[in-house]
Amino acid sequence: MTQSAGDAQMAVTDEVAIEIRGMNKWFGSFHVLRDIDMTVNRGERIVICGPSGSGKSTLIRCINRLEEHQSGRIVVDGTELTSDLKNIDKVRSEVGMVFQHFNLFPHLTILENCTLAPIWVRKTPKKEAEEIAMHFLSKVKIPEQALKYPGQLSGGQQQRVAIARSLCMKPRIMLFDEPTSALDPEMIKEVLDTMIELAREGMTMLVVTHEMGFAQAVANRVVFMDQGQIVEENEPRAFFNNPQSDRTKLFLSQILGH
Amino acid sequence: MDRTAPFVRTAMIPQAPPPRGETGLVHWVRANLFATPLDAVLTVLSVVVVWQIAAGIGPWFLNAVWNASSLAQCREILAGEPGACLAVIRDRWHQLLFGFYPSEFYWRPTLALILMLVALAPILFAGAPRRLLWFSAVYPALAYWLLWGGTIWFPALALAGFAVGYGAFRAVHAAVPLIAVPAAALATVLWWVFLTGPLSEALHAILPVGLTFVRSDSFGGFMLSTIIGVTGIALSLPIGILLALGRKSDMLLIKTISVGFIEFIRGVPLITLLFTASLLLNYFLPPGTNFDIVLRVVIMVTLFAAAYMAEVIRGGLAALPRGQYEAADSLGLDYWRSMRLIILPQALKISIPGIVNNFIGLFKDTTLVVFIGLLDPLGLTTAIRADSAWNGIFWELYIFVGACFFIFCFGMSRYSMHLEARLKTDHR
Repeated sequence: MTQSAGDAQMAVTDEVAIEIRGMNKWFGSFHVLRDIDMTVNRGERIVICGPSGSGKSTLIRCINRLEEHQSGRIVVDGTELTSDLKNIDKVRSEVGMVFQHFNLFPHLTILENCTLAPIWVRKTPKKEAEEIAMHFLSKVKIPEQALKYPGQLSGGQQQRVAIARSLCMKPRIMLFDEPTSALDPEMIKEVLDTMIELAREGMTMLVVTHEMGFAQAVANRVVFMDQGQIVEENEPRAFFNNPQSDRTKLFLSQILGH
Repeated sequence: MDRTAPFVRTAMIPQAPPPRGETGLVHWVRANLFATPLDAVLTVLSVVVVWQIAAGIGPWFLNAVWNASSLAQCREILAGEPGACLAVIRDRWHQLLFGFYPSEFYWRPTLALILMLVALAPILFAGAPRRLLWFSAVYPALAYWLLWGGTIWFPALALAGFAVGYGAFRAVHAAVPLIAVPAAALATVLWWVFLTGPLSEALHAILPVGLTFVRSDSFGGFMLSTIIGVTGIALSLPIGILLALGRKSDMLLIKTISVGFIEFIRGVPLITLLFTASLLLNYFLPPGTNFDIVLRVVIMVTLFAAAYMAEVIRGGLAALPRGQYEAADSLGLDYWRSMRLIILPQALKISIPGIVNNFIGLFKDTTLVVFIGLLDPLGLTTAIRADSAWNGIFWELYIFVGACFFIFCFGMSRYSMHLEARLKTDHR
């Protein structure tokens, strides 16, 4: 991992992309996110890790309102997330999301999966939407699968389609919710390569993952969460080599220990 | 081979054909009919039973008498041999099909049936030209006019109600988008209730185009079953979808209304609703209103079927993984678009067997209208027996009616399998 954040394109700007202040969330009476404060600048690539149940997925799902927060503020691209449906749809069309289980639409072809939202949300003409879709499918290196259905593709290919589908909306921020956790070891690399390429192009990314190699290669910040709160936050080298809290040390020893 | 020794394969093994006897007819017979001694016994027993039934029924059909004018004459011709008296079908088929519809107008329901097939083509088959959908949209009014007759202006103006609603929608949408849909619905209903009748009379006075009016009480037979069944099927699906979505809605009022409606209608026997339609509604409506009995029955059957349909579709909605809803949301699709483009196509596909099951049930339930005095095919068998020439004939009529229903229902069943195969994209 020598190629870390050196590329000029990976520069982080001062412009704020996401701002979270004093955010709390409960599932019923369970306090799942506690006093989250976080600022993400445009161009930042943040890896969020932590034990299961620590609230890391819930946190990024709050950013496009798949989960509703109960107190505090979340401002995405200058739009505050409230119960106003217009704001929610605006944020969602600016923020791409990639899921652990891909969530491709099985009744549509790969191409239709990619053109659906541009056509219906962005009102892009069909032909133009198809050109955009083919562009991004080429980028994730599966243009030849465009007319197949998701069920005919391997897991790694499906996840790359899911990334392309999000990119077709030309999002300014991408959220990844454990994008490689459901994949066979042989397929993890192809998805990570796609994500690394995306990072090199300067996409603002929030990635929930346990792929520490990926964190070291492209992240400019690693956030460690436990019990619904941010425990430690640092640039990757310092985070891995010199963790401060005992909880982080324990976690790192468990995932890197063998 | 010594298992502890290191092993490296130098050549991969190519695919080889299976051994003899694992494929072909002999294998199939052995695997499916004579796999175990018990299988063999069951196979032989089944063949014997099938043979016995065929031997019993066969002569009854083969000796069938087609030319006779009464049951007595049939018996004379058969002279004690077993045999069906299918002459009754030959004598009365028109009644079983059309009821007491005036025979000089048989062409009208026949034409309506043929046009129905044309109207259904673009809905049922992907290969049919899309432009036919316009005909499908006009068809209900056209069929009404063909079947009941009267002035053409009435169905034409009723159809125009939709254009009025659309116009109102556009006009209001420009000013206050929020109330555009209720305003459009209100405009359409007002048009139907207050303007359609007087306007059609006025237009008829100017330009009288029309067919002889036929009263609903002369409708009967399979024509009546088809009218009630097809209308019920066509309307219950969209209403059922809305009820299913309503039941899953976050909005308390809509949810309560949907749940209340579904549970009430499902909790009441259809026959009760039909009696309500035929007897009670007259008490509630202002005196002198002539609310057609067939229309009343169609409404009740539709509501009944819609409640069941809603539950079938709810099952389909529940079977979809939550990720599909989330993926649609995360792409910025609003509620109606994500339902129409992502959720419903998949939910309905899952529900096809249940939906068609309901359709078939609804179609057969149309025979229940006999209890409120409408002459469905089964009611007509009684009417035919009332004639002294055919008094005492049961089997032939019931078998004919049953066979006709079977053809309809089996057709629906096969279509649903065709549709399932066509929509199968999951490649599991």
